Amino acid sequence: MAEERRQKQCSVVLPTESMKAMAESVGVGQLQEDSCTALSEEVSYRIKEITQDALKFMHHGKRRKLTTSDIDNALKLKNVEPLYGFQSQEFIPFRFASGGGRELHFYEEKEVDLSDIINTPLPRVPLDVSLKAHWLSIEGIQPSIPENPPPAPKEQQKAESTEPLKVVKPGQEEDGTIQGKGKEKGPIRLKPRSTHELSVEQQLYYKEITEACVGSCEAKRAEALQSIATDPGLYQMLPRFSTFISEGVRVNVVQNNLALLIYLMRMVKALMDNPTLYLEKYLHELIPAVVTCIVSKQLCLRPDVDNHWALRDFAARLMAQSCKTFSTTTNNIQSRITKTFTKSWLDDKTQWTTRYGCIAGLAELGPDVIKTLILPRLAVEGARIKAVMEGPVISNIDKIGADHVQSLLLKHCASVIAKIRPPPDNVEQYRIDYGYLAPMLCSHVMKARTQAAMQAQQVNRTTLTITQPRPTLSVSQSGLSASTGPRTPSIIKVPSSLTLMSPRPGTPSQPSPPATKYIVMGTSAGSASTQQQVITINSSQSASTVTSTVPSATSTLQPLVKVEPGSGPTLPGSRPMQKYIVVSLPSSNSSMENKGSVIPTPISTTLEPTGKTDRSESPGASTQSPH
Amino acid sequence: MAAIQGGMAEAVEIKDIKTEPPVDAVVNNNANDGSVLSASPGPGGSVGSTKPATGALEEKQTLLAILQFLKKNQLSESVDILRREAGLPQDLFDLKGADASSGSGGTPGTVEGGGLDANSLLSRVTSSSAAQAPVKAPPAEDQPDVSVVLSAYSQQGDPALYEVYYSGLKKFIETVLDCHRAELSQVFYPLFVHMYLELVYNNHENVAKAFFEKFSGDQECYYREDLQVLSGLTKKEHMRGNETLLDFRTSKFVLRISRDSYQLLKRHLQERQNNQIWNIIQEHLYIDIFDGMPRSKSQIDAMSGSLAGEGKREANKAKVYYGLLKEPEIELPLDDEDEEAENEEGKPKKKKPKKDSTGSKSKKQDPNAPSQTRIPLPELKDSDKLDKIMYMKEATKRIRLGRDNLPSICFYSFLNAYQGLTAVDFTDDSSLIAGGFADSSVRVWSVTPKKLRKVKSAADLNLIDKESDDVLERIMDEKTASESKLLYGHSGPVYGISFSPDRNYLLSSSEDGTVRLWSLQTFTCLVGYKGHNYPVWDTQFSPHGYYFVSGGHDRVARLWVTDHHQPLRMFAGHLADITCTRFHPNSNYVATGSSDRTIRLWDVLNGNCVRIFTGHKGPIHALSFSPNGKFLASGATDGRVLLWDIGHGLMIGELKGHTDTIYSLKFSRDGEILASGSMDNTVRLWDAMKAFDDLETDDFTATTGHIHLQDNSQELLLGCYTTKSSPVLHLHFTRRNLLLAAGGYNP
Repeated sequence: MAEERRQKQCSVVLPTESMKAMAESVGVGQLQEDSCTALSEEVSYRIKEITQDALKFMHHGKRRKLTTSDIDNALKLKNVEPLYGFQSQEFIPFRFASGGGRELHFYEEKEVDLSDIINTPLPRVPLDVSLKAHWLSIEGIQPSIPENPPPAPKEQQKAESTEPLKVVKPGQEEDGTIQGKGKEKGPIRLKPRSTHELSVEQQLYYKEITEACVGSCEAKRAEALQSIATDPGLYQMLPRFSTFISEGVRVNVVQNNLALLIYLMRMVKALMDNPTLYLEKYLHELIPAVVTCIVSKQLCLRPDVDNHWALRDFAARLMAQSCKTFSTTTNNIQSRITKTFTKSWLDDKTQWTTRYGCIAGLAELGPDVIKTLILPRLAVEGARIKAVMEGPVISNIDKIGADHVQSLLLKHCASVIAKIRPPPDNVEQYRIDYGYLAPMLCSHVMKARTQAAMQAQQVNRTTLTITQPRPTLSVSQSGLSASTGPRTPSIIKVPSSLTLMSPRPGTPSQPSPPATKYIVMGTSAGSASTQQQVITINSSQSASTVTSTVPSATSTLQPLVKVEPGSGPTLPGSRPMQKYIVVSLPSSNSSMENKGSVIPTPISTTLEPTGKTDRSESPGASTQSPH
Repeated sequence: MAAIQGGMAEAVEIKDIKTEPPVDAVVNNNANDGSVLSASPGPGGSVGSTKPATGALEEKQTLLAILQFLKKNQLSESVDILRREAGLPQDLFDLKGADASSGSGGTPGTVEGGGLDANSLLSRVTSSSAAQAPVKAPPAEDQPDVSVVLSAYSQQGDPALYEVYYSGLKKFIETVLDCHRAELSQVFYPLFVHMYLELVYNNHENVAKAFFEKFSGDQECYYREDLQVLSGLTKKEHMRGNETLLDFRTSKFVLRISRDSYQLLKRHLQERQNNQIWNIIQEHLYIDIFDGMPRSKSQIDAMSGSLAGEGKREANKAKVYYGLLKEPEIELPLDDEDEEAENEEGKPKKKKPKKDSTGSKSKKQDPNAPSQTRIPLPELKDSDKLDKIMYMKEATKRIRLGRDNLPSICFYSFLNAYQGLTAVDFTDDSSLIAGGFADSSVRVWSVTPKKLRKVKSAADLNLIDKESDDVLERIMDEKTASESKLLYGHSGPVYGISFSPDRNYLLSSSEDGTVRLWSLQTFTCLVGYKGHNYPVWDTQFSPHGYYFVSGGHDRVARLWVTDHHQPLRMFAGHLADITCTRFHPNSNYVATGSSDRTIRLWDVLNGNCVRIFTGHKGPIHALSFSPNGKFLASGATDGRVLLWDIGHGLMIGELKGHTDTIYSLKFSRDGEILASGSMDNTVRLWDAMKAFDDLETDDFTATTGHIHLQDNSQELLLGCYTTKSSPVLHLHFTRRNLLLAAGGYNP
């Protein structure tokens, strides 16, 4: 294999077409094939030579990434003038384009309007270099503080739970092998003994956290949950937390203490959110607790007044999340859970509360589950609801329960039906299929359809704009925030008291808040005129808001927000990341509705660090409507 | 030399004419007569013959060359015939002949004796002429010796036979006895490279490519980087100015082979009349023959990997005074002061006898130590003595480290260092940290509560009462007190940084080719030492101050003193960039690590290279001497730490574990623990005591120099501490053996 690779190395030369393209770019029209070949070989060799020199600079710069400055320095070594204007912080600034069977990488040179640069508020001055000391090791033992990496990385925890025999803990690695060597020849992997003692600090922490989580002060609780969700050093305390939750649920279900159950579920959520923890080993305690909160007959003292439905919903979502994360072919969590829910749902004697929980639990598992398990039973369930709603003798509690079940079913089933049923929504037809719930279902489905249609249209539009070779998609980089769209650009600055990314508390550095850029783009249906706006949200404290709007295009604009994350996960202390958000201006109708809503809120929600990339709904962008 | 003065026309002609058919015939005839393997039909054949006007002249020159060759071989009849036929007058020939021979004397090819005379002579003739060939090429002043070096390749056999030769040898070596195979396999790599280069030089591009593809896979994996460079090189024009190639040519590749194995190889090659390979071995390789057992594969692998083969054995024979210098005796009044201080701290005079004992110990002259005055060292100032006392006081509080007593590590993270942290240094007393950045700036931090202050301006200094007791305090400008100071002056990334032992100066070396000396009193640049024309990768102050060493891309390490703007010594010999430089604790030696994957030890007194250590498989980025001066540790991009015994010139240990470049190495103050920091974001601690002890119980096989390394890295590894995405750029043991580490936080 090595040989193959080397052969490649030996023969890699730039294609002669590149030579031609470059010649054309400097005005040499006809370049002969021979010259092209000769040139490409020569150029390839020189490029390799320079790259090799550039690597030296990378090594001495103590980096793993080759940068453009390394290339510049390597050129300087050879007494060649460096290339100017290619400085870039994050990535190589080349754009890719294809068309007509040709693929091309080009360097985008935008025309910059000076007045825009002048009008743009200055970017925040980056934080100065500073020095911070922490203990990496105290007499040979690494303290688990936020400045140090988590003692057991998530991958290792995962490996530990999936392949328990292979695990070797970092501190005990040597012990294991050395002991093996001492007794017999050849290293023997001993199963490491794991310590279960908590240090005094950890015990204190545990006490504080658990007290805060179930205590009465909401502020404290928020802080504690935040700590659970972010602290990297919780690995060793995980068994304790797990037991705490499971015991807590057991006791409080009996006492019908709704508040405490909610708090405990929030703890579960926080634990699941912690990126350094892998919960697989503790599911045997957590899942029963969560399922209890979903399906328990009674969760509160006054079932008619208290909103225990919300707890069931929340717990159901947790359940679905853990199914997604931890279900494997060996533990079969999802199928086991599904079976449990279905079984109790099918039981006629099941109470409405439990029934609600089962349906919620199933529905959260996704459209497939809804399609196969819930839809077929809609008619039966409808009949049951009808019996309660229209029947004579019923308790108030049953009525409330039936009501909740009904809205739950409508909520989850409508979108699924919208997808699987062909369009003409006929109430009669629905009645045959779904019985009692049909009329409501029908209207819900129709609503879902229109929504979906709108979204689909937007999606189409997005791809359309991107593939179109016009320079409208001006995705700009560089922290200067000076770049703008090429045509009729304007910059809208939103004063930001909002935090776009909440940096993790207690981590070594506070990142300089990223300059985030929103490119608002209007697309008229006739594609006659294209309007663009660039909204820059800087987290600086400057209060001035420069808002300029663009003359309206035609009225058929659709709202569209696209969020693209910067490179890599957003870690605290990272360089200012950039986000590119392409926003199509909403149609005049929708913008009328949404007028007055404030831009920051919806956008900041889309910018949650864990946020998935593409979100296609966000009406909030409409503040910048063209009117 | 006359031939060279003969000018460019001549040169061009002689060289090009070889391709002319009639001449070829003559040469071939002669070749048959004199059993010379050479000059088969010309390569490419596209050069010379275009201009008929110069053609005649060219022909004449060639004829002269041939005549000279014939004469040298006492083929007088042929000489006569040729002269008659060509119609050359006797005297012209003589004159030219003299010219040519004197010219050839200056060329590098040396005659190897025996039946090879003819061959090497021919090569001389051609090389003396080809020597001037590149003059016709656009000015090649930057590397004047390139052409001379390359010319040796102009001799050639049939390109198609190269593969046959090589695979023939390969077959032979595969069939020899196991004990010889490993040794003889060493020949493959240099042979491969030289044969490939010969092919390329003679414009057989496609043959060369095929040759490369066929055999490059056989080469040892640690030559991969060089092979990558080679693979890019497919044209004769590329060879000009290629440094790697030059390195390969200017220096003979050194192999160590036992006598038996060598005899085997020699016999084989002579039996087969395999002159092509034999020539390469004779001319481009240096075979260091030793008597005794052939070495095993692992022994060879441990030592090979450098650009030019192993170090010659005699290169490591020179005596090195690795002992420490005697500590200067500190005068009594200061001692009293010291005691007073101790008394203040509530400690009785117990320490007194102890101090005496250490004092008497240091009075004994170490037999391995250089004489105190071997190189002149600066006089101790009062402040230095105070510092020495502080040092001794701290030393008494030093923690004894060991396997069961690991040091605590304090990590200094450079936050927000978007400018790219490139170098870090601590002062010996750990009070200051300096960082060099890719944006050309240097910053100094105080890590003690004492802030950094500038000296007052000259006008203000005049107002000070110079007689007062606290004059040193008064000269400082309180207004400038701050925790860090920024030093601007370089015009490129700062790659090396070093504090002077007295904490008054700071050195920094940069991409801009200068080394700068900064004052830590005024926080200004005092001197820019210009000498390196290329980036300076590293610089370091001598442990006694005053001297410093720098090394960079120009492959020369320079020794400077702070008060001269020109270097005192130039240490030349490395074949690639010098990547790191370190002073021996006794200041008499300097160690340099290089991209050619060797470490050299230089004598400051006379500038000689006294040790060459080979064994690393990548550029060396970290060096550290043990506090007793006996050992050297080195770390490279291959992630391995190697330990060397300086006195015997031997590799004595290998520490494997890091997965990326090692940028810092440091021994604890007593030398028990070796700490290594790497790009893989870990600090590792190694049991240095054990590594050295194991060895001393072992019988030193100093006679042969063949050490068998045990693979005991796992046993020697005492701890591994991962940082949070911060490469470890520098390590430092405080005087009390607390380990300080530093690196930039790069999320």
